[in-house]
Amino acid sequence: MRSLAPSLLAAVAVLAIPTSASAHRQWLLPSETSVSGTDSWVTVDAAISNDLFYPDHVAMQTGAINVTQPDGSEGKIQNAATGRYRSMFDVQIDKPGTWKIGTFATNVSGSFKLNGEDWTVGRRRGPPPAGANAAPPRTVATVAEIPAGATDIKLTEAINRNEVFVTSDAPTAIVLKPTGKGLEFDPQTHPSDLVANEPAKFRFLIDSKPAAGLKVTLVPGGKRFRDAESAQELTTGADGVIDVRWPFAGVYWLNVSASDANSSIPNAAQRRMSYTTTLEVPAP
Amino acid sequence: MRSIPLLLLGGAIAVPASAGTVTVTIPRLNVAEYHKPYVAVWVEPVGGGAPRTIAVWYDVKLLGNEPGTKWLSDLRTWWRKGGRSMAMPADGVSGATRGPGRHTIPLPRNLRPGNYVLNVEAARETGGRELVTVPITVPSGAGNATGRTELGAVTFSR
Repeated sequence: MRSLAPSLLAAVAVLAIPTSASAHRQWLLPSETSVSGTDSWVTVDAAISNDLFYPDHVAMQTGAINVTQPDGSEGKIQNAATGRYRSMFDVQIDKPGTWKIGTFATNVSGSFKLNGEDWTVGRRRGPPPAGANAAPPRTVATVAEIPAGATDIKLTEAINRNEVFVTSDAPTAIVLKPTGKGLEFDPQTHPSDLVANEPAKFRFLIDSKPAAGLKVTLVPGGKRFRDAESAQELTTGADGVIDVRWPFAGVYWLNVSASDANSSIPNAAQRRMSYTTTLEVPAP
Repeated sequence: MRSIPLLLLGGAIAVPASAGTVTVTIPRLNVAEYHKPYVAVWVEPVGGGAPRTIAVWYDVKLLGNEPGTKWLSDLRTWWRKGGRSMAMPADGVSGATRGPGRHTIPLPRNLRPGNYVLNVEAARETGGRELVTVPITVPSGAGNATGRTELGAVTFSR
């Protein structure tokens, strides 16, 4: 049984990465997504919970939140605060065009053997071993720290994005330009052009290529005020595109995940990717 | 230099001064807190093409950190259809908000003859929002429609 424990820890480490494999949903909720003029601020809620957009589980940390200004340069969040269930932060929208706010996280986790002992890679989750005499956990934080004599190296790369778009005045597309790394959102209908009575076309790419056969989940917020969750699951076509028909106006949480074996990390047999966004769909 | 404006005026009398007249009725509402609505009037060519804004009424006097333009996006359909690409104030288009009553707006003379959808959208602070559409033919066809909450009769006439 001793040998099971470290690999169990590895499994926990992998599960702890926010992907749709976890029932809890990580979400960002901007106070508005279309603003008039450049005197505006948006305030964003960030949390992880089952139901959208009710913060009732844990707050999302704000340290890794990035802001991309409409010209592609880096912006900043302000007034960040973390409560029990929800974090919040502000972004000053002082330039016209479309802004991107969110997280881009890459992480490598896994296991290896050293002198017959099982080790894990990646930050270890959970409480430290009980007792003063307990052996220190056999783990290294990063791939670079894997010792030279390690064998049976099994690694998984995770690439996760969670981002929202806010537009001042007319929408622009610089922040939507795919980077070519991992699973990305390439909307043919601009996120600031959505309206409940018109279908939207969203394309998904993996390493710049259309990602076919991915299951995309769309969940409207505000379940408390209706009976059904009203979630839809759509599958991307050969061109990587989904056609979304909105059941009603509202704020929707979109999530898609994928996995393949095309990691750029040596010894990483698997790559897991997820993309999450929040879309505001006004009534016509 | 005075003769030039007079000459222009003379030209305006010789040909129709506008491509028709839109009448927008803002209803009197019995509510606890009333603010005059923001209103946008625009036409969209039926065969497709760029919408053209005819009038935008907003709080032009409110300046500072939260200027009157901040709430133009509450006219959400107009905003999406082209309001967000316009600079305010817009010469000959934008103006102050108006109270309850009938208001007439001339369609620009250079609006090309054809079939359009006339759109009138109103959004009121602490109130509702409504969009009324009327199919019209410029210059000859008349049309009308009536809003239910934020707008009264909207008519187009020669």
